[in-house]
Amino acid sequence: MAITKTIDQYFDDLRSTRVWRSVFRSGTGSSTLHRALAIQQNVFLHLFSTKVRARMLGFSATWYLGTLTLGTFLILVATGIPLMFYYHPSAPQAYADTKDLQFVVSSGLFLRNLHRWSAHAMVFLVFAHMFKVFYRGAYRTPREFNWVIGIVLLLITLLLSYTGYLLPWDQLAYWAITVGSNIASAVPVMGNKIHFMLLGGNAVNANALLRFYVLHCMILPLTAMFFVAIHFWRIRKDGGLYSHASEPATLRTNAAGSDTAAKEAQ
Amino acid sequence: MPDETKPVSSDDAVDRRKFFAKLGLGSLTIAAAGTAAFAYQFLEPNVLYEPSPVVNAGKPDRYPLDSVTLDVNSGIYIIHSQEGYFSLSAVCTHLGCLTAWKPELNLIACPCHGSKFERDGKKIEGPAPRPLPWKRIWLNDDGDLLVDRSTDVPPLQRDSFVRV
Repeated sequence: MAITKTIDQYFDDLRSTRVWRSVFRSGTGSSTLHRALAIQQNVFLHLFSTKVRARMLGFSATWYLGTLTLGTFLILVATGIPLMFYYHPSAPQAYADTKDLQFVVSSGLFLRNLHRWSAHAMVFLVFAHMFKVFYRGAYRTPREFNWVIGIVLLLITLLLSYTGYLLPWDQLAYWAITVGSNIASAVPVMGNKIHFMLLGGNAVNANALLRFYVLHCMILPLTAMFFVAIHFWRIRKDGGLYSHASEPATLRTNAAGSDTAAKEAQ
Repeated sequence: MPDETKPVSSDDAVDRRKFFAKLGLGSLTIAAAGTAAFAYQFLEPNVLYEPSPVVNAGKPDRYPLDSVTLDVNSGIYIIHSQEGYFSLSAVCTHLGCLTAWKPELNLIACPCHGSKFERDGKKIEGPAPRPLPWKRIWLNDDGDLLVDRSTDVPPLQRDSFVRV
Protein backbone atom coordinates (compact mmCIF):
# COMPACT_ATOMS: atom_id res chain seq x y z
CA MET A 1 0.00 0.00 0.00
CA ALA A 2 1.38 3.38 -1.04
CA ILE A 3 1.91 5.77 1.83
CA THR A 4 2.20 8.91 -0.25
CA LYS A 5 -0.24 9.94 -2.92
CA THR A 6 0.64 11.82 -6.07
CA ILE A 7 -1.15 15.06 -6.92
CA ASP A 8 -2.93 13.21 -9.71
CA GLN A 9 -4.29 10.73 -7.18
CA TYR A 10 -5.63 13.56 -5.04
CA PHE A 11 -7.37 14.97 -8.10
CA ASP A 12 -8.78 11.54 -8.90
CA ASP A 13 -10.15 11.31 -5.36
CA LEU A 14 -11.70 14.76 -5.71
CA ARG A 15 -13.28 13.82 -9.03
CA SER A 16 -14.87 10.74 -7.57
CA THR A 17 -16.57 12.60 -4.69
CA ARG A 18 -20.33 12.84 -4.76
CA VAL A 19 -20.31 16.65 -4.96
CA TRP A 20 -17.93 16.68 -7.91
CA ARG A 21 -19.96 14.02 -9.69
CA SER A 22 -23.14 16.01 -9.15
CA VAL A 23 -21.57 18.99 -10.96
CA PHE A 24 -19.50 17.24 -13.63
CA ARG A 25 -21.34 14.19 -14.85
CA SER A 26 -18.91 12.97 -17.48
CA GLY A 27 -17.05 10.88 -14.89
CA THR A 28 -13.39 10.12 -14.44
CA GLY A 29 -11.17 8.47 -16.96
CA SER A 30 -9.11 9.44 -19.95
CA SER A 31 -10.88 7.40 -22.59
CA THR A 32 -11.99 9.13 -25.79
CA LEU A 33 -15.57 8.84 -24.62
CA HIS A 34 -14.87 10.51 -21.28
CA ARG A 35 -12.95 13.30 -22.91
CA ALA A 36 -15.70 13.84 -25.45
CA LEU A 37 -18.33 13.86 -22.70
CA ALA A 38 -16.32 16.42 -20.71
CA ILE A 39 -16.73 18.83 -23.62
CA GLN A 40 -20.23 17.87 -24.63
CA GLN A 41 -21.72 18.03 -21.13
CA ASN A 42 -20.26 21.40 -20.17
CA VAL A 43 -22.57 24.35 -20.83
CA PHE A 44 -19.65 26.58 -21.89
CA LEU A 45 -17.72 24.00 -23.89
CA HIS A 46 -20.61 22.20 -25.57
CA LEU A 47 -20.69 24.94 -28.22
CA PHE A 48 -17.38 23.61 -29.49
CA SER A 49 -16.54 20.45 -31.35
CA THR A 50 -15.83 17.44 -29.14
CA LYS A 51 -13.00 16.45 -31.46
CA VAL A 52 -10.57 18.63 -33.37
CA ARG A 53 -7.71 17.72 -35.69
CA ALA A 54 -4.42 18.45 -33.89
CA ARG A 55 -3.22 20.34 -36.98
CA MET A 56 -6.13 22.79 -36.64
CA LEU A 57 -5.05 23.68 -33.11
CA GLY A 58 -1.60 24.72 -34.38
CA PHE A 59 -0.73 28.37 -34.67
CA SER A 60 -0.58 28.52 -38.45
CA ALA A 61 -4.17 27.38 -39.04
CA THR A 62 -5.88 30.35 -37.37
CA TRP A 63 -3.13 32.42 -35.75
CA TYR A 64 -5.53 32.16 -32.76
CA LEU A 65 -7.07 35.46 -33.87
CA GLY A 66 -10.66 34.53 -32.91
CA THR A 67 -9.59 33.27 -29.48
CA LEU A 68 -7.47 36.37 -28.91
CA THR A 69 -10.46 38.54 -29.83
CA LEU A 70 -12.54 36.69 -27.24
CA GLY A 71 -9.69 37.22 -24.78
CA THR A 72 -9.72 41.00 -25.30
CA PHE A 73 -13.52 40.98 -25.01
CA LEU A 74 -13.30 39.19 -21.64
CA ILE A 75 -10.63 41.67 -20.47
CA LEU A 76 -12.94 44.52 -21.51
CA VAL A 77 -15.82 43.04 -19.49
CA ALA A 78 -13.57 42.38 -16.49
CA THR A 79 -12.12 45.92 -16.52
CA GLY A 80 -15.28 47.73 -17.63
CA ILE A 81 -17.45 46.53 -14.74
CA PRO A 82 -15.08 47.88 -12.02
CA LEU A 83 -14.84 51.19 -13.90
CA MET A 84 -18.65 51.49 -13.66
CA PHE A 85 -18.40 51.67 -9.85
CA TYR A 86 -16.72 55.09 -10.05
CA TYR A 87 -18.39 56.54 -13.14
CA HIS A 88 -21.59 58.63 -13.20
CA PRO A 89 -22.95 58.98 -16.73
CA SER A 90 -24.02 62.60 -16.22
CA ALA A 91 -22.70 65.91 -17.49
CA PRO A 92 -20.33 67.31 -16.34
CA GLN A 93 -19.71 64.73 -13.58
CA ALA A 94 -18.51 62.13 -16.10
CA TYR A 95 -15.38 64.16 -16.87
CA ALA A 96 -14.54 64.57 -13.17
CA ASP A 97 -15.07 60.84 -12.61
CA THR A 98 -12.77 60.00 -15.49
CA LYS A 99 -10.12 62.24 -13.98
CA ASP A 100 -10.66 60.60 -10.58
CA LEU A 101 -10.20 57.20 -12.16
CA GLN A 102 -7.03 58.48 -13.76
CA PHE A 103 -5.48 60.18 -10.73
CA VAL A 104 -7.25 59.28 -7.47
CA VAL A 105 -8.77 55.79 -7.50
CA SER A 106 -6.40 52.97 -6.56
CA SER A 107 -5.54 50.99 -9.70
CA GLY A 108 -8.03 53.18 -11.59
CA LEU A 109 -5.32 54.22 -14.01
CA PHE A 110 -4.39 50.59 -14.60
CA LEU A 111 -7.98 49.46 -15.16
CA ARG A 112 -8.84 52.37 -17.43
CA ASN A 113 -5.70 51.98 -19.52
CA LEU A 114 -6.18 48.23 -19.74
CA HIS A 115 -9.75 48.84 -20.90
CA ARG A 116 -8.59 51.34 -23.49
CA TRP A 117 -5.69 49.29 -24.85
CA SER A 118 -7.81 46.15 -24.98
CA ALA A 119 -10.44 48.06 -26.92
CA HIS A 120 -7.84 49.09 -29.49
CA ALA A 121 -6.48 45.54 -29.57
CA MET A 122 -9.96 44.09 -30.05
CA VAL A 123 -10.67 46.29 -33.08
CA PHE A 124 -7.30 45.34 -34.55
CA LEU A 125 -7.80 41.62 -33.84
CA VAL A 126 -11.33 41.59 -35.26
CA PHE A 127 -10.02 43.00 -38.54
CA ALA A 128 -7.03 40.64 -38.51
CA HIS A 129 -9.42 37.72 -37.88
CA MET A 130 -11.56 38.83 -40.80
CA PHE A 131 -8.59 39.05 -43.16
CA LYS A 132 -7.23 35.68 -42.02
CA VAL A 133 -10.63 34.04 -42.60
CA PHE A 134 -10.88 35.75 -45.97
CA TYR A 135 -7.45 34.78 -47.29
CA ARG A 136 -7.74 31.27 -45.81
CA GLY A 137 -11.04 30.90 -47.73
CA ALA A 138 -12.83 29.92 -44.51
CA TYR A 139 -15.91 31.92 -45.48
CA ARG A 140 -16.80 29.41 -48.22
CA THR A 141 -19.63 26.88 -48.13
CA PRO A 142 -20.86 25.73 -45.63
CA ARG A 143 -19.71 28.72 -43.57
CA GLU A 144 -21.29 31.65 -45.39
CA PHE A 145 -23.68 32.28 -42.52
CA ASN A 146 -20.91 32.36 -39.93
CA TRP A 147 -19.16 34.96 -42.08
CA VAL A 148 -22.33 37.08 -41.88
CA ILE A 149 -22.44 36.63 -38.08
CA GLY A 150 -18.80 37.75 -38.08
CA ILE A 151 -19.71 40.93 -39.96
CA VAL A 152 -22.42 41.64 -37.38
CA LEU A 153 -19.83 41.16 -34.63
CA LEU A 154 -17.44 43.51 -36.47
CA LEU A 155 -20.14 46.19 -36.52
CA ILE A 156 -20.95 45.63 -32.83
CA THR A 157 -17.23 45.95 -32.02
CA LEU A 158 -17.01 49.26 -33.87
CA LEU A 159 -20.20 50.52 -32.19
CA LEU A 160 -18.80 49.54 -28.78
CA SER A 161 -15.65 51.49 -29.61
CA TYR A 162 -17.68 54.48 -30.78
CA THR A 163 -20.05 54.59 -27.79
CA GLY A 164 -17.15 54.19 -25.36
CA TYR A 165 -15.42 57.15 -26.96
CA LEU A 166 -18.00 59.63 -25.61
CA LEU A 167 -17.88 58.47 -22.00
CA PRO A 168 -14.80 60.47 -20.81
CA TRP A 169 -16.84 63.57 -21.75
CA ASP A 170 -13.80 65.60 -22.81
CA GLN A 171 -13.30 67.79 -25.88
CA LEU A 172 -12.08 64.87 -27.99
CA ALA A 173 -15.12 62.80 -27.06
CA TYR A 174 -17.58 65.65 -27.58
CA TRP A 175 -16.39 66.57 -31.07
CA ALA A 176 -15.85 62.98 -32.18
CA ILE A 177 -19.45 62.15 -31.32
CA THR A 178 -20.69 65.43 -32.83
CA VAL A 179 -18.99 64.52 -36.10
CA GLY A 180 -19.97 60.84 -35.91
CA SER A 181 -23.62 61.51 -35.17
CA ASN A 182 -23.76 64.08 -37.97
CA ILE A 183 -22.60 61.35 -40.34
CA ALA A 184 -25.74 59.43 -39.28
CA SER A 185 -27.81 62.45 -40.39
CA ALA A 186 -26.63 61.79 -43.94
CA VAL A 187 -28.91 58.73 -44.13
CA PRO A 188 -31.61 59.51 -46.73
CA VAL A 189 -35.08 60.53 -45.53
CA MET A 190 -34.75 59.43 -41.89
CA GLY A 191 -31.22 60.72 -41.21
CA ASN A 192 -32.26 63.59 -38.94
CA LYS A 193 -34.62 61.30 -37.04
CA ILE A 194 -31.83 58.75 -36.46
CA HIS A 195 -29.58 61.59 -35.28
CA PHE A 196 -32.27 62.80 -32.87
CA MET A 197 -33.02 59.32 -31.50
CA LEU A 198 -29.34 58.40 -31.15
CA LEU A 199 -28.54 61.53 -29.15
CA GLY A 200 -31.90 61.85 -27.40
CA GLY A 201 -31.89 65.50 -28.46
CA ASN A 202 -30.61 67.92 -31.07
CA ALA A 203 -27.04 68.13 -29.82
CA VAL A 204 -24.50 66.03 -27.90
CA ASN A 205 -25.76 66.59 -24.38
CA ALA A 206 -26.59 64.85 -21.10
CA ASN A 207 -29.19 62.68 -22.86
CA ALA A 208 -26.65 61.57 -25.45
CA LEU A 209 -24.13 60.68 -22.73
CA LEU A 210 -26.68 58.54 -20.91
CA ARG A 211 -27.82 56.81 -24.10
CA PHE A 212 -24.27 56.02 -25.13
CA TYR A 213 -23.57 54.73 -21.62
CA VAL A 214 -26.53 52.32 -21.69
CA LEU A 215 -25.61 51.19 -25.20
CA HIS A 216 -21.95 50.75 -24.23
CA CYS A 217 -22.47 48.92 -20.93
CA MET A 218 -25.65 46.92 -21.48
CA ILE A 219 -27.19 46.65 -24.93
CA LEU A 220 -24.11 46.24 -27.12
CA PRO A 221 -22.19 43.80 -24.84
CA LEU A 222 -25.28 41.59 -24.42
CA THR A 223 -25.90 41.64 -28.16
CA ALA A 224 -22.24 40.80 -28.74
CA MET A 225 -22.42 37.82 -26.34
CA PHE A 226 -25.55 36.54 -28.09
CA PHE A 227 -23.87 36.63 -31.50
CA VAL A 228 -20.56 35.28 -30.16
CA ALA A 229 -22.44 32.22 -28.86
CA ILE A 230 -23.95 31.64 -32.30
CA HIS A 231 -20.56 32.30 -33.92
CA PHE A 232 -18.86 29.57 -31.84
CA TRP A 233 -21.70 27.10 -32.14
CA ARG A 234 -21.71 27.48 -35.92
CA ILE A 235 -18.02 26.46 -36.09
CA ARG A 236 -19.05 23.01 -34.87
CA LYS A 237 -22.22 22.93 -36.93
CA ASP A 238 -20.33 23.88 -40.09
CA GLY A 239 -17.84 21.05 -39.75
CA GLY A 240 -15.25 22.31 -37.26
CA LEU A 241 -12.27 24.56 -37.80
CA TYR A 242 -11.42 22.67 -40.96
CA SER A 243 -14.05 21.60 -43.43
CA HIS A 244 -13.09 19.65 -46.52
CA ALA A 245 -16.25 20.85 -48.21
CA SER A 246 -15.07 24.44 -47.91
CA GLU A 247 -11.98 23.85 -50.06
CA PRO A 248 -12.26 25.06 -53.66
CA ALA A 249 -13.51 22.46 -56.14
CA THR A 250 -10.12 22.29 -57.92
CA LEU A 251 -8.35 21.41 -54.69
CA ARG A 252 -10.95 18.80 -53.85
CA THR A 253 -10.64 17.04 -57.22
CA ASN A 254 -6.86 17.14 -57.02
CA ALA A 255 -6.89 15.46 -53.61
CA ALA A 256 -5.96 11.96 -54.75
CA GLY A 257 -7.36 8.89 -53.05
CA SER A 258 -10.13 10.73 -51.29
CA ASP A 259 -13.52 9.12 -51.75
CA THR A 260 -15.40 12.24 -50.87
CA ALA A 261 -13.34 14.28 -53.27
CA ALA A 262 -14.03 11.86 -56.08
CA LYS A 263 -17.72 11.81 -55.20
CA GLU A 264 -18.07 15.54 -55.01
CA ALA A 265 -16.21 16.08 -58.23
CA GLN A 266 -18.94 14.27 -60.18
CA MET B 1 -80.48 17.92 -35.01
CA PRO B 2 -76.91 17.85 -36.27
CA ASP B 3 -76.15 15.63 -39.18
CA GLU B 4 -74.26 12.78 -37.53
CA THR B 5 -74.06 10.61 -40.59
CA LYS B 6 -71.93 13.07 -42.53
CA PRO B 7 -68.29 12.09 -42.12
CA VAL B 8 -66.11 14.74 -40.62
CA SER B 9 -63.87 16.05 -43.34
CA SER B 10 -60.22 15.96 -42.40
CA ASP B 11 -59.82 19.31 -44.18
CA ASP B 12 -62.20 20.91 -41.65
CA ALA B 13 -59.98 19.95 -38.70
CA VAL B 14 -56.88 21.26 -40.42
CA ASP B 15 -58.67 24.46 -41.35
CA ARG B 16 -59.69 25.07 -37.78
CA ARG B 17 -56.15 24.44 -36.62
CA LYS B 18 -54.81 26.75 -39.31
CA PHE B 19 -57.38 29.35 -38.30
CA PHE B 20 -56.21 29.34 -34.69
CA ALA B 21 -52.57 29.35 -35.78
CA LYS B 22 -53.25 32.40 -37.94
CA LEU B 23 -55.22 34.04 -35.16
CA GLY B 24 -52.32 33.47 -32.77
CA LEU B 25 -49.68 34.68 -35.21
CA GLY B 26 -51.82 37.67 -36.12
CA SER B 27 -52.21 38.64 -32.46
CA LEU B 28 -48.48 38.28 -31.90
CA THR B 29 -47.78 40.44 -34.96
CA ILE B 30 -50.12 43.16 -33.70
CA ALA B 31 -48.56 42.93 -30.25
CA ALA B 32 -45.06 43.15 -31.76
CA ALA B 33 -46.05 46.21 -33.82
CA GLY B 34 -47.54 47.79 -30.71
CA THR B 35 -44.37 47.07 -28.75
CA ALA B 36 -42.26 48.60 -31.50
CA ALA B 37 -44.43 51.74 -31.54
CA PHE B 38 -44.32 51.87 -27.73
CA ALA B 39 -40.53 51.52 -27.72
CA TYR B 40 -40.11 54.21 -30.39
CA GLN B 41 -42.33 56.66 -28.52
CA PHE B 42 -40.61 55.89 -25.24
CA LEU B 43 -37.14 56.50 -26.69
CA GLU B 44 -38.16 59.78 -28.33
CA PRO B 45 -37.89 62.47 -25.64
CA ASN B 46 -40.96 64.68 -25.30
CA VAL B 47 -39.27 67.34 -23.20
CA LEU B 48 -35.77 68.59 -23.90
CA TYR B 49 -33.72 70.51 -21.38
CA GLU B 50 -31.61 72.13 -24.06
CA PRO B 51 -30.58 75.80 -24.12
CA SER B 52 -33.01 78.21 -25.75
CA PRO B 53 -32.34 78.85 -29.44
CA VAL B 54 -32.67 82.60 -28.77
CA VAL B 55 -29.37 84.11 -27.60
CA ASN B 56 -28.81 87.54 -26.11
CA ALA B 57 -25.66 88.92 -27.74
CA GLY B 58 -25.54 92.09 -25.65
CA LYS B 59 -25.30 95.72 -26.68
CA PRO B 60 -24.34 96.44 -30.32
CA ASP B 61 -21.50 98.77 -29.28
CA ARG B 62 -19.61 95.73 -27.98
CA TYR B 63 -18.86 94.90 -31.60
CA PRO B 64 -16.53 97.36 -33.40
CA LEU B 65 -17.05 98.09 -37.08
CA ASP B 66 -15.68 95.36 -39.41
CA SER B 67 -15.31 92.89 -36.55
CA VAL B 68 -16.21 89.20 -36.46
CA THR B 69 -16.96 87.91 -32.96
CA LEU B 70 -17.47 84.27 -32.12
CA ASP B 71 -19.56 83.23 -29.13
CA VAL B 72 -18.29 79.69 -28.43
CA ASN B 73 -21.12 78.82 -26.06
CA SER B 74 -23.94 79.56 -28.47
CA GLY B 75 -22.01 78.78 -31.68
CA ILE B 76 -22.78 82.01 -33.55
CA TYR B 77 -20.82 84.88 -35.05
CA ILE B 78 -21.90 88.50 -34.60
CA ILE B 79 -20.49 90.48 -37.50
CA HIS B 80 -20.54 94.25 -37.64
CA SER B 81 -20.21 95.17 -41.30
CA GLN B 82 -20.67 98.41 -43.17
CA GLU B 83 -24.25 97.35 -44.03
CA GLY B 84 -25.06 96.64 -40.37
CA TYR B 85 -25.01 93.80 -37.87
CA PHE B 86 -25.69 90.26 -38.94
CA SER B 87 -25.37 86.84 -37.36
CA LEU B 88 -23.90 83.69 -38.82
CA SER B 89 -24.00 80.14 -37.53
CA ALA B 90 -20.51 79.05 -36.45
CA VAL B 91 -21.42 75.36 -36.81
CA CYS B 92 -19.78 73.88 -39.90
CA THR B 93 -22.32 72.58 -42.42
CA HIS B 94 -20.11 69.54 -43.06
CA LEU B 95 -20.19 67.55 -39.79
CA GLY B 96 -21.06 70.07 -37.11
CA CYS B 97 -17.69 71.21 -35.77
CA LEU B 98 -17.29 74.72 -34.38
CA THR B 99 -15.52 76.98 -36.88
CA ALA B 100 -13.20 79.83 -35.94
CA TRP B 101 -12.55 83.32 -37.35
CA LYS B 102 -9.00 83.73 -38.60
CA PRO B 103 -8.34 87.49 -38.64
CA GLU B 104 -4.90 87.10 -40.23
CA LEU B 105 -6.42 85.27 -43.22
CA ASN B 106 -9.69 87.21 -43.17
CA LEU B 107 -11.75 84.03 -43.34
CA ILE B 108 -13.66 81.48 -41.24
CA ALA B 109 -12.01 78.06 -40.99
CA CYS B 110 -13.17 74.71 -39.63
CA PRO B 111 -10.53 72.80 -37.62
CA CYS B 112 -11.98 69.34 -38.35
CA HIS B 113 -11.83 68.85 -42.11
CA GLY B 114 -10.48 72.16 -43.44
CA SER B 115 -13.59 73.89 -44.81
CA LYS B 116 -13.12 77.64 -45.30
CA PHE B 117 -15.78 80.32 -45.52
CA GLU B 118 -15.90 84.01 -46.24
CA ARG B 119 -17.14 86.50 -43.68
CA ASP B 120 -20.65 86.39 -45.18
CA GLY B 121 -20.76 82.56 -44.89
CA LYS B 122 -19.96 81.78 -48.53
CA LYS B 123 -17.88 78.64 -48.90
CA ILE B 124 -14.36 79.09 -50.24
CA GLU B 125 -13.14 75.49 -50.15
CA GLY B 126 -13.41 72.20 -48.31
CA PRO B 127 -16.00 69.45 -47.88
CA ALA B 128 -18.79 71.66 -46.47
CA PRO B 129 -21.86 71.17 -48.69
CA ARG B 130 -23.53 74.52 -47.91
CA PRO B 131 -22.55 78.04 -46.89
CA LEU B 132 -22.81 78.96 -43.20
CA PRO B 133 -26.45 79.97 -42.69
CA TRP B 134 -27.46 83.46 -41.61
CA LYS B 135 -29.55 83.65 -38.44
CA ARG B 136 -32.38 86.01 -37.60
CA ILE B 137 -31.09 88.98 -35.59
CA TRP B 138 -33.00 91.89 -34.06
CA LEU B 139 -32.88 94.50 -31.30
CA ASN B 140 -35.07 94.05 -28.27
CA ASP B 141 -36.64 96.86 -26.23
CA ASP B 142 -33.57 97.09 -23.98
CA GLY B 143 -31.35 97.69 -27.00
CA ASP B 144 -29.75 94.22 -26.86
CA LEU B 145 -29.01 92.19 -29.95
CA LEU B 146 -30.99 88.94 -29.99
CA VAL B 147 -30.26 86.02 -32.32
CA ASP B 148 -32.65 83.17 -33.04
CA ARG B 149 -30.44 80.16 -33.86
CA SER B 150 -33.41 78.11 -35.03
CA THR B 151 -34.39 80.54 -37.82
CA ASP B 152 -32.35 80.96 -41.00
CA VAL B 153 -32.65 84.15 -43.02
CA PRO B 154 -31.55 84.75 -46.63
CA PRO B 155 -27.96 86.05 -46.77
CA LEU B 156 -27.11 89.63 -47.73
CA GLN B 157 -30.78 90.69 -47.82
CA ARG B 158 -31.73 94.07 -46.43
CA ASP B 159 -33.92 92.50 -43.73
CA SER B 160 -31.17 90.16 -42.60
CA PHE B 161 -29.15 93.04 -41.15
CA VAL B 162 -29.73 95.11 -38.03
CA ARG B 163 -28.84 98.78 -38.32
CA VAL B 164 -28.39 100.82 -35.19
